[in-house]
Amino acid sequence: MALARTLLMKLGQLLVVILLVTLFSALLLELLPGDPVTTLVPYGSEEQRAEIREDLNLDDPFLIRYGRWLGDLAQGDLGNYYSVSAGEPVADRLWEAFPKSLQLMVYAQLIGLLFAIPLGVLTAYRNGTYFDRMSNGAAFAMLAIPNFALGFVLQYYLGVKLGWFAVSGYVPMSESVSEHFRTMFLPSITLAVGQIAVYMRLLRTDMIATLQQDFILMAKAKGLKNRRVLFRHALRPSSLTLLTVAGLNVGTLIGGALIVEVVFNIPGMGLLLFEAIGRRQIVAFQSMVAIIAVLYVLVNFAVDALYSVLDPRIRHAKNT
Amino acid sequence: MQRTPDAVADAPLPEPPLPTAEAILGEEVPPAGKKKRLGVGAWLAIIWIVGLLLAAIFAPLLPIPEPTEVFPEIARKGPTAGHLLGGDTTGRDVLSRIIYGARASYAVGFGAVGFGLVIGGAIGLMAGFFRGKFDAIATPAMNVFLAIPQFILALSLVTVLASQDGVTGSRRLMVVILGLGIVSVPLLGRITRANTLTWSEREFVLAARAMGAKNGRIMFREVLPNVIPAMASIALLAVGIAIVAEGGLALFGAGVQLPTPSWGNMIAEARTSMRRAPHTIIFTSIVLFLTVLSLNYLGDVVRQRFDVREAAL
Repeated sequence: MALARTLLMKLGQLLVVILLVTLFSALLLELLPGDPVTTLVPYGSEEQRAEIREDLNLDDPFLIRYGRWLGDLAQGDLGNYYSVSAGEPVADRLWEAFPKSLQLMVYAQLIGLLFAIPLGVLTAYRNGTYFDRMSNGAAFAMLAIPNFALGFVLQYYLGVKLGWFAVSGYVPMSESVSEHFRTMFLPSITLAVGQIAVYMRLLRTDMIATLQQDFILMAKAKGLKNRRVLFRHALRPSSLTLLTVAGLNVGTLIGGALIVEVVFNIPGMGLLLFEAIGRRQIVAFQSMVAIIAVLYVLVNFAVDALYSVLDPRIRHAKNT
Repeated sequence: MQRTPDAVADAPLPEPPLPTAEAILGEEVPPAGKKKRLGVGAWLAIIWIVGLLLAAIFAPLLPIPEPTEVFPEIARKGPTAGHLLGGDTTGRDVLSRIIYGARASYAVGFGAVGFGLVIGGAIGLMAGFFRGKFDAIATPAMNVFLAIPQFILALSLVTVLASQDGVTGSRRLMVVILGLGIVSVPLLGRITRANTLTWSEREFVLAARAMGAKNGRIMFREVLPNVIPAMASIALLAVGIAIVAEGGLALFGAGVQLPTPSWGNMIAEARTSMRRAPHTIIFTSIVLFLTVLSLNYLGDVVRQRFDVREAAL
């Protein structure tokens, strides 16, 4: 019963947050100085301007406009790109771009965890040694590298000079698997570097605390091998913190992915936003902002839910 | 360490609190002599940041050309005797643009975080100190802002507020500072609130109250000085983040406007000639990296010296 109530409360909060972030996106058009139609089609005819005014419900009060816009958004109508010749729907291009961004983020997250978990475990185990200090110093430096700067440097040295990887562009996996990874490798690494540093340092701190607990002593006393103690007994409780931070970090990951896409010319959400800003397509821009924000909220909600499913202590704490 | 307000109120009146670091932070404080001295790393970081600041302020006095002056012969050329870091795409001196670019980049970083510190700090201090209704509104409001990915939030604000034709360079700079400042408000607000909450429950606050101090005095004289290290440590990191974020915005055409140089728009502009002349991007990136590294390092030094507990979040 209590669980159902908690769940209901959480869902209610989720809805409120979604309403508020979409409200923010809707407000973007309001914040625009001057007439939004002029921004959209600076050289449009009177007729076309009237049409766009009608299309955007610009003559209605803001809340009614917001309601309609939200209704359209929920049904997958994300508005149009407007131009002097004709308009085209935003949704088509967005759904084409979205999987590419998602791919990039998933690769970066996987690479990040793949490097960070062993490094975090080892540095915790070798706490205070030369190896630990070196790794920590490296992680600290990695945190200070701006992702676009790293992207350009990798692009130049590994792409242009050595020619090991594609410099820019995107090849879908269905076309050529090897080319796909050749194009995605540098962007994924660029995005992963910051993640590695964050996850590694976090896991290290958490594991050092875990390794001092009695059950680890017990496991060692039973004569278990070091590797088993570290990866089976110690990593599991620490992985929950990692999961939460991985969830929270999705925001940084999204921002980073957008930038990296522009650096490497990957036709994902980042390039769409780039184009929308360049062409002053504020309607398209606000729909994209809304979609990204809502997805981010949902991811955090899912992580939160997953967290209480995985950790029995949290479930019980909520019930009592 | 953590006490509920009731526990504090019910506790017998404590001894007059000693305002020493030991009394406040417990035994983890290193001996006073050791604590006073800054390490080599911290000094290097300070020298780098302050040195660049001074160079940026007194740039016209330095033996470097104007940042907008074009030398066709050094366009896309690497370092030469007269131009230590070479020329950029159109033949402007890279060293000069990096030094003058520090003006815009520092203005964005420190301006945005200053804005965040004042607004976010005030909100966080009041929310943590008074709690109650103000907190019940302020905290969810800050959380909603955190529910939008920060870069998207900054990009939206800057794009919309600076999208008019004829937005001048300085107006654009203000918009970038404001946009990134708004983004930093909830971050700094939350850390201030969390720390204010714990410090407000300390015995010396109760003592001050018992002596008849008013809320304002307690807030600014008793609580705030203890919260400042936590704010400063996060703020230093935030300055680095804001400087880098300006670079991200510049890639989207939403950063500081050319021809005024900023490190961000220099990198964004040099993209087009990366294959033939990567040195502009590389030199600017190195300066950007060292600046962020210094700021992060100083933030870490502050955090360690004052034993800021991030777990209080």
